[in-house]
Amino acid sequence: MGKITFIEHDGAEHVVALEAGSSLMQIAMDHGIPGIDADCGGSCACGTCHVIVEAAWAGQLGAMAADEQQLLDMTPERASTSRLACQVQVTQDMDGMLVRLPEFQM
Amino acid sequence: MSIYSRAVDAAYTRAINTTSRFVPMHWQIRAIEQLIKAKRMTLGERPVPRFVEEPLPEVEALLLHEIDVSNPFLYRQGKWQSYFKRLRDEAPVHFQADSPFGPFWSVTRYDDILFVDKHHELFSAEPIIVLGDRPEGMALKTFIAMDPPRHDVERQAVQAVVAPKNLKEMEGLIRQRTQEVLDDLPLDQPFDWVETVSIELTGRMLATLLGFPYEKRHLLTYWSDLIAGSPEMTGGAFSDKSEVFSAAADMALHFAQLWRDNKARHADGTPHGFDLISLMQSHADTANLIDEPLVFLGNLSLLIVGGNDTTRNSMTGGVLAMHENPAEFEKLKANPGLISNMVSEIIRWQTPLAYMRRVAKQDVELGGRTIREGDRVVMWYASGNRDERKIDNPDAFLIDRKGARNHLSFGFGIHRCMGNRLAEMQLRVLWEELLQRFDRIEVVGEPERVQSNFVRGYARMMVKLSAKA
Repeated sequence: MGKITFIEHDGAEHVVALEAGSSLMQIAMDHGIPGIDADCGGSCACGTCHVIVEAAWAGQLGAMAADEQQLLDMTPERASTSRLACQVQVTQDMDGMLVRLPEFQM
Repeated sequence: MSIYSRAVDAAYTRAINTTSRFVPMHWQIRAIEQLIKAKRMTLGERPVPRFVEEPLPEVEALLLHEIDVSNPFLYRQGKWQSYFKRLRDEAPVHFQADSPFGPFWSVTRYDDILFVDKHHELFSAEPIIVLGDRPEGMALKTFIAMDPPRHDVERQAVQAVVAPKNLKEMEGLIRQRTQEVLDDLPLDQPFDWVETVSIELTGRMLATLLGFPYEKRHLLTYWSDLIAGSPEMTGGAFSDKSEVFSAAADMALHFAQLWRDNKARHADGTPHGFDLISLMQSHADTANLIDEPLVFLGNLSLLIVGGNDTTRNSMTGGVLAMHENPAEFEKLKANPGLISNMVSEIIRWQTPLAYMRRVAKQDVELGGRTIREGDRVVMWYASGNRDERKIDNPDAFLIDRKGARNHLSFGFGIHRCMGNRLAEMQLRVLWEELLQRFDRIEVVGEPERVQSNFVRGYARMMVKLSAKA
């Protein structure tokens, strides 16, 4: 069993168990990680599960669809490794991944 | 839009933009008014629908094709829940061929609404997001009614004003102004909550956001009511066209002045504020927006209307919801930590804007029906927020509801409400301050609801406050 670490904007860390097959958003919601709103419940329709993945894992994340791209474009805190957590399918390869949360969800 | 009307629209926009360099904007609007008057005398007038209130039948008495949810009295008469429930159950994608606003489709289930809202490549937001047509001559351009790529550029240029970072700066000011309003309220005697609290607070907020003269803030809410209340667009009661044109000219005059004053101030080296005009002037894409009057006025109108009716009616609706559900108010007093969740529940329960309209860009199959290219499609958020397929016990007002944030009131996709965080903050601060002061907020008599198929709001609601012991 692996782990994923969420780091809040103020530096607070939350280490949770990796659950392959779930979305990153679902894992965050299941563990009550603060700073992820998930207003649309995972439909890639609101942009409120924005996360910034540590660069070392960026290659593992899979391609981004146009709708995800468009929602991220609306976020002022967008970084080069920004993703919507609902669109990241977690795999065993993501063991140890660091995921930073932006200061705000729009 | 037909090729012909697109060409006319483009020529009209070009003419306005060109003349704006040497003709003040408010003169231009007067000129358009005269032009339309002259055209009307030669070609006859496009009819403006007049709505006369009559008691609506029970939905069971109607055949499916007779159900017309564009009726602007549906909400006022308390019939909207039964009408929409029947559509959700029997015709979730429903065609009304013969409404006063022309033919249109209604999409009433949560999941179908989400589908339409997400697929902007299938459903266009142009040229307008309310059911009816724009009043003649008022072809304002705003990004809520634009498709990508133009939409994305225009939205990005102004969204910083309501971005959470900016809001953090503003929270102290919002709280202070809320406290001032609440401290002046009378105790133990009825007064109108809408005028005294909801309109006053939203007016103050808008003046702050826009950098508009504080002592003239009532103009903002007046303009907003006129813009959103036109009978041909939303079935509203306003019908005097010259009043609309006067208001538009007056608005142009005020904002052009504001723009110039602001520019002169910054030319002296005064740093830019965090108000909208300053942000526009400091952003390369919008630094010369005043040269495009229809876009300039369009974006201002959008922010004024977007920040007015919505928050105002959620401020009133929340008090009504609490009055009707006293156990929830007790729950809140016992646990003020529920305020944030309650704010989402108020926004779902009230759904201050009933819908957004789209136009199909191609034939689309939805819910077993074929929507044809060019058809109007209305996403009824007010119905989706009560869809029992998606939301447990949807008609109940529960401040600790699970998943309260998953409501449709802000829309989804690229047009999702830009001011959502500001709205949530304003409501949160209001309730935090209310809890500090009052033990009971009693609604006296029936509130008066607004005539509209778009705005679900209150014209008047009398309340009586009891101070906290």
